Amino acid sequence: MHNAKSRNASVSGLALYRRMAWASIVAQLRYPGTFFLQMTGNFVTTLLGFFGIWSLFQRFGSIGGWDLGAVAVLYGLVNVAFSVSETLGRGFEVFGGEYVRTGQFDRLLLRPRPTLLLLLGHELRLRPIGRFLQGAFVLGAGLWLAPHVSWSAVWLVPWAITGGAAMFLGVLIGQAALCFKTVEGLEVVNVLTYGGVEAGQYPLTMFSRWLRRFLTWGLPLAGVCYYPALAMLAHPDPLGMPLAFGMVSPAMGFVFLGLMIWVWRKGVASYVSSGS
Amino acid sequence: MRIASPAIEVENLRKIYRVREGGSWRGRTREIVALDGISFAVPRGQIAGFIGPNGAGKSTAIKILSGILRPSSGLVRVGDLIPWENRIAHVARIGVVFGQRTQLWWDLSVGEGLALLRDIYGVEPDRFARNRARLADALDLHAIMDQSVRQLSLGQRMRAEIAAALIHDPEVLILDEPTIGLDAPSKLAVRAFVRDLRREQGTTVLLTTHDMHDIEALAERVIVIGHGRILADSPFEALRATTLSERRLEVDFIGTPPVFDLPPGAKETERDGRSVTITFDPRQIPAPALVAHLGALAGLDDLRIGRPAIEEIITRFYADHAS
Repeated sequence: MHNAKSRNASVSGLALYRRMAWASIVAQLRYPGTFFLQMTGNFVTTLLGFFGIWSLFQRFGSIGGWDLGAVAVLYGLVNVAFSVSETLGRGFEVFGGEYVRTGQFDRLLLRPRPTLLLLLGHELRLRPIGRFLQGAFVLGAGLWLAPHVSWSAVWLVPWAITGGAAMFLGVLIGQAALCFKTVEGLEVVNVLTYGGVEAGQYPLTMFSRWLRRFLTWGLPLAGVCYYPALAMLAHPDPLGMPLAFGMVSPAMGFVFLGLMIWVWRKGVASYVSSGS
Repeated sequence: MRIASPAIEVENLRKIYRVREGGSWRGRTREIVALDGISFAVPRGQIAGFIGPNGAGKSTAIKILSGILRPSSGLVRVGDLIPWENRIAHVARIGVVFGQRTQLWWDLSVGEGLALLRDIYGVEPDRFARNRARLADALDLHAIMDQSVRQLSLGQRMRAEIAAALIHDPEVLILDEPTIGLDAPSKLAVRAFVRDLRREQGTTVLLTTHDMHDIEALAERVIVIGHGRILADSPFEALRATTLSERRLEVDFIGTPPVFDLPPGAKETERDGRSVTITFDPRQIPAPALVAHLGALAGLDDLRIGRPAIEEIITRFYADHAS
């Protein structure tokens, strides 16, 4: 009896996240009409993006040794990964406007929980389901169209997607941490999010050397998307990286996320000592 | 026997802000001293008023006490914790109401918001149920439990905010402008609730406000802060005795009032056409003697004597200490 009480006294971080997420879903579904319109809009706009790529391949057959199937796999991976990070990371996306500028971040600091957990719980956003479904559909179609698909795809697909989602979540956390320094000029970071999604839809070989380096070792987009796609399609890398690299490279997304969490902690510490 | 330590202890607290001038990346930094070594202690179960004009350092001190700002030097203990060293343990034991910000969720109902706070603070279910019922009775929340926060009036929202700050039985409650913008009945309700809370739960309360009636109704003790320093720290009755002894005399002269000297204890504070306002200390110069003095100078048309409003006293108090 006494034990049962004390077990309830502290709610674990995960349980708290589930309840905050559920509360945000309830809030989003309060206006179901708006919600379904937004989700449909999200689905249609991303579909139009792929239609552009598809028509390109209709015209030219293949581009630089890449066929439509391979490009569809890249497109699907990056969009599904990005939609997952959009779903989880809404609190970081709106951090500058809704927390720093308004002083609401002070309120967050008054709650006896880690700030990252509270911001993850800001909203579990349902709207990106549109992008997720569309990306998953294109990914499936790509795997079906591609000439060789290795069995490793069974576990590489979810592994690449989680690595990619971790990387994009890292970008959103880094963007939020930047708000401690400046609330203006954050549009620049969209180069990494929306720009990253755009860049990830194309094979790495299409980019110039410095951009390839950046997309591999800076923002590890190639590690979470391009290399795992090569591995699952058994498509040798024109740049000479062994295929096995794609099986471990999604871990780079988690390394990037860890780095951004470290940056975030530095940002919070500087906020607490400067008060602005 | 152990002597109970104070609920809040502040020792020689200093905070210096470094402000960058001319853009956020370039330009030189300027130092602004927000708190210049303040010390005070609040015993358990006391309601202490913490007042001062805008820019005096009040909100800096409140932020440090709440654990969301690290001071430049000095010591703070709330309970036995240093707020900025152990934020999570500290904020679990305090409640904070910022009058101008909400801590509830706009899209959720009051009840849903309280339930989320239960999980955030890890309040046991039966204690939560007891507290929720007690707060709903005392703050008259039953009718608005199922309404979303967005739809509440300011008075309703403030009552919900106070419940939200108390759902986890904090030992210390910090109220920052809790009556700002409220109508008269809501102000009275908030004051009555805070008084009962202190009496029934023994909660220590630190109250900042610009509404001197809040202070008059609640605070046993007033800490006045200005320019980062403590200007006065006395029981409210003592502050009242020194300041409320002042009287105000408004004199309408026949014709333009002459320029005149006043006896010690009296001071001209305002001149507007034919009428002159004089504040005086009746212990130094009784009203009849002051009137006789003025009557000898020029013809008087009318006069009114009153006590200055408490706001006016405090304003003058700040001005006197500004130098």
